Amino acid sequence: MNLSWMAWTWPTAIFFMTILALLVGMAVWEYFSPGGNPRVGVLRFETTRGDRLFVSLLGSAFINLAWLGLVGPNLWWALALSVVYAIGVFRYV
Amino acid sequence: MDKTWNNKAWFMVLPVLLLVAFSAVIPLMTVVNYSVQDTFGNNQFFWAGTEWYAEMLHSERFHAALLRNLFFSFIILAIEVPLGILIALNMPRKGWGVPVCLVLMSLPLLIPWNVVGTIWQVFGRVDIGLLGRTLSMLGINYNYVQNPLHAWVTVIVMDVWHWTSLVVLLCYAGLVSIPDAFYQAAKIDGASRWAVFRYIQLPKMNRVLLIAVLLRFMDSFMIYTEPFVVTGGGPGNSTTFLSIDLVKMAVGQFDLGPAAAMSIIYFLIILALSWVFYTVMTNYDAER
Repeated sequence: MNLSWMAWTWPTAIFFMTILALLVGMAVWEYFSPGGNPRVGVLRFETTRGDRLFVSLLGSAFINLAWLGLVGPNLWWALALSVVYAIGVFRYV
Repeated sequence: MDKTWNNKAWFMVLPVLLLVAFSAVIPLMTVVNYSVQDTFGNNQFFWAGTEWYAEMLHSERFHAALLRNLFFSFIILAIEVPLGILIALNMPRKGWGVPVCLVLMSLPLLIPWNVVGTIWQVFGRVDIGLLGRTLSMLGINYNYVQNPLHAWVTVIVMDVWHWTSLVVLLCYAGLVSIPDAFYQAAKIDGASRWAVFRYIQLPKMNRVLLIAVLLRFMDSFMIYTEPFVVTGGGPGNSTTFLSIDLVKMAVGQFDLGPAAAMSIIYFLIILALSWVFYTVMTNYDAER
């Protein structure tokens, strides 16, 4: 199967494999601890761990875009900030 | 009683997952791949990194199209949602009027987008269009081809004409599901018309209103065909919304990299705003 039209690169492949690994990890977590662990956090409404992953990924995308727009093209610090943000979301949201 | 968790039910969504994978996920992955590369055709790509994203984030053209689109969506929601509720509240609940109203309301939704655009393009023309001619005869110097304000008014009125019916039908579905007992109880309590609306009808319409607001927001934020047919994005760039700008960039200029970066930013904005709408409205519903 020729996938050259999809214009794959290693960085984007690693990016999507990371997303896939996160989804598989969440599925395994759900299998061993079903129910999604719903709770009310700082946002004052109920979230499951799937919601928290969604908020983490979406927020991380905006953190990276904001860094790119306001600071510059070196996104390693933005990635670190995104990890801290995701830990915060999973801990407090 | 403990809730039974049966994760095997997830296999039931597998066909949908496959369908979405082919229709949305794979194209989206391709767009991400394009957004970090440059191409001059022939299926040859050159690594560009985050260059196109940086270019888009600093692009005045993108900012202007985004602001126009947000403003357009805000106006559309501010008109179509209250108007849809108002019409639904006044539609008959029994008798021959019900099918007549439902058919009339469904008609605009059945017309393809490009036909709607063509209808309004001709309708608004000063030389042959009924609207344009009538306004001209009334002494109003209406010309959507040259005046940005007139172009905006035409595009907004066209969208209201095309899509308010969707809000009406959804609200009507919510309204007819309210049992008569609620109205009888309100009558016994001597509730005013406003109190009946505020405490019985509006809460019962909440879920369908959520769907209506989400659909109308996403649709209006992605609007392309109707304004493209009517105004072509003009006069100047006054009605160039994000999707029109995107097509100009991707197809007109063949700038696939910047267009892909713009698509991803555009997608993230829609995703974030839709999530906010959904969360706010579902939690408001849950609190009640």
